[in-house]
Amino acid sequence: MTASGRIAAENRRLLVRLAVAAVVMFGFGFLLVPFYEKICEVTGINNLLKPDTAVNTQIDLTRTVTIQFDGNIHDLPWQFRPLQTQISVHPGELATVAYEVSNTRSEPVTGQAVPSYGPQLAGQYFRKLECFCFARQTLAAGEKRTMPVAFVVDPGLPEDVKVITLSYTFFEIAGRRLAGDGAGGRS
Amino acid sequence: MAAVMSDHAHGDHHGPTGLMRWITTTNHKDIGTMYLVFSFIMFLSGGVMALTIRAELFQPGLQVVQPEFFNQLTTMHGLVMVFGAIMPAFVGFANWQIPLMIGACDMAFARMNNWSFWLLPPAATLLIGSFFVPGGATAAGWTLYAPLSVQMGMGMDMAIFAIHIMGVSSIMGAINIVVTILNMRAPGMTMMKMPLFCWTWLITAYLLIAVMPVLAGAVTMVLTDRHFGTSFFSAAGGGDPVMYQHIFWFFGHPEVYIMILPAFGIISQIIPTFARKPLFGYASMVYATASIAILSFSVWAHHMFTTGMPAVGQLFFMYATMLIAVPTGVKVFNWVATMWRGSMTFETPMLFAVGFIFVFTMGGFTGLICAIAPIDIQVQDTYYVVAHFHYVLVAGSLFALFAGAYYWLPKWTGHMPDERIGKLHFWCSIVFFNITFFPMHFLGLAGMPRRIPDYALQFADFNMLASIGAFGFGLSQLIFLAAVVKCVRGGEKAAARAWEGAEGLEWTVPSPAPHHTFEEAPVVK
Ligand code: HEM
Ligand SMILES: [Cu+2]
Repeated sequence: MTASGRIAAENRRLLVRLAVAAVVMFGFGFLLVPFYEKICEVTGINNLLKPDTAVNTQIDLTRTVTIQFDGNIHDLPWQFRPLQTQISVHPGELATVAYEVSNTRSEPVTGQAVPSYGPQLAGQYFRKLECFCFARQTLAAGEKRTMPVAFVVDPGLPEDVKVITLSYTFFEIAGRRLAGDGAGGRS
Repeated sequence: MAAVMSDHAHGDHHGPTGLMRWITTTNHKDIGTMYLVFSFIMFLSGGVMALTIRAELFQPGLQVVQPEFFNQLTTMHGLVMVFGAIMPAFVGFANWQIPLMIGACDMAFARMNNWSFWLLPPAATLLIGSFFVPGGATAAGWTLYAPLSVQMGMGMDMAIFAIHIMGVSSIMGAINIVVTILNMRAPGMTMMKMPLFCWTWLITAYLLIAVMPVLAGAVTMVLTDRHFGTSFFSAAGGGDPVMYQHIFWFFGHPEVYIMILPAFGIISQIIPTFARKPLFGYASMVYATASIAILSFSVWAHHMFTTGMPAVGQLFFMYATMLIAVPTGVKVFNWVATMWRGSMTFETPMLFAVGFIFVFTMGGFTGLICAIAPIDIQVQDTYYVVAHFHYVLVAGSLFALFAGAYYWLPKWTGHMPDERIGKLHFWCSIVFFNITFFPMHFLGLAGMPRRIPDYALQFADFNMLASIGAFGFGLSQLIFLAAVVKCVRGGEKAAARAWEGAEGLEWTVPSPAPHHTFEEAPVVK
């Protein structure tokens, strides 16, 4: 049995090595998260929540673009709406609008707004210089707040885009932690 | 685990009988059989889901199921087929054949082998049971993309746990296979003399060890996003849903090779047998398999061409994906060259193998078309992709499994499979397969999106055709069941070398293979 004893010992050694490899790969999966975040940061791919800089301030007076505003909440005890539903701007012109938000719960709530654009393509020409979506917003119990958005539409915007919709959705940050509150379909 | 060796000092089958025999068995042949039976049951369950989907898609409008349930069906069909049917079936083949092919008395860790199998039935119960909980099964697609997967009901949690368990099972199975192949080969069985099936499984096992844990990590992150307030993928907390796709496909693309490499191995055993010529380019087959495995880590984002990747990224992943078709082409070339001027006969295993080469290659070509970024942006998430992956998975992995089953049934049962039934199964399968999936290319090119219960009228005819084909294909699989049952019950006695042209150690033991084989390691010259 010495020969088979030796094989058994060798087998066990290999087993341990392979098991360690599997555990390392499990950790590697989690490591991919900071890794990708770094890549996005370095290459500037995911800059949805950062201020843009207006590069070209030449105002293109030959055309106007209609900007529509929209505000949504996602599972949040807030009221949230744009103070104007649409405006017309020239590409390159600085415009400022405002949204109003109020907390209807009797305790402070933190939310984060995420912007999206229609048509999607317009997103890359829409430069927000100031926006409440660059940071989390904490509203005290019953607080009401008016928040500005300052933006420039890049004159490089393709000619055929005449209307851009800017839509924000507010998500709650705290309060979504309780285990089980999502069961049964949080939608 | 060391007990494996001493266990085998005794004679024939002994120990508990009846159900307990199967629950406690550590014999690689018993475990192989259980894997195969389990995967066939899963195959039928997934098939029933697929037929419900096709029944709904038979006509435009909603007739059979509600959209919510339809989405659960497409999701569960994918999960059950991938994790319940195809993967365990290949592990079943590995259990039966690898020890026989390399002249080992059993798998390296027989007790762990028992565990790897017995984890599967609870996982499957959890997965399929999720249909019956409030909110139903997960409906996020088999890829479980965030943000949907972060939102679903408790069916999603059950699917996550099922994936954890099945992942642990595959990793244990893979470790067992690597150790068996590396340490337990008979004297004289050098690596480069090993049958190709063992080679492809060795490489597959490494892939499994590398990527199954990453999938486990990804679904764990989904779980903590759902319940423990983390925000890996949920945009609300600053997470990124696209990140999920990157992590998932880091697993997902190697996974598709996990499902096809052992199939390549089976085909590489069968073609030489029935062409009565040694495999053409054995060494190049080994290198091609290894390079496919390595390259498979560098192409994942070809599933993500429409996520807004920078053009440089799209180009990189496009060329990398095309590169991977080169070693795949080498394999197809070698199989054809093996057949070239061989004295071929077309018994059922060979029919399935040749059918595989034809139809799988078509799937490879549509893969190449999907790999071209500007085209993929058009066909992504359409039926074109559905056609592509069914050509490689059904006509690829599944047909190879059938080929292998008919090929080794004589060794497993001691009887030759009935050629008439087998041939009927083959012709029905290949005809109905093409009736089902070929029209999907046209549907996809015309813009029909995948994973929807209803569709515009112009897609009606092709969908009806596909549904008819699907029912034909589904029913044809009962022929396979009949062929196997008949072969187990009786039939022409199989010789040790059941097929005239078959080479390899497994054909030196009697048919059916006795409970214990190669207790004295054979010497390979
Ligand atoms: C020549 C080899 C192959 C190439 C170039 C290739 C390429 C691709 C590409 C580019 C896609 C993404 C299409 C899209 O979502 O728009 C895709 C999807 C897919 N491929 Fe392949 N593929 C190949 C072989 C295989 C094999 C061998 C398998 C499995 C056995 C496979 C299984 C799949 C699956 C399951 C999907 C769909 C995943 C999903 O979105 O659900 N492919 N393939
Ligand atoms: Cu892929």
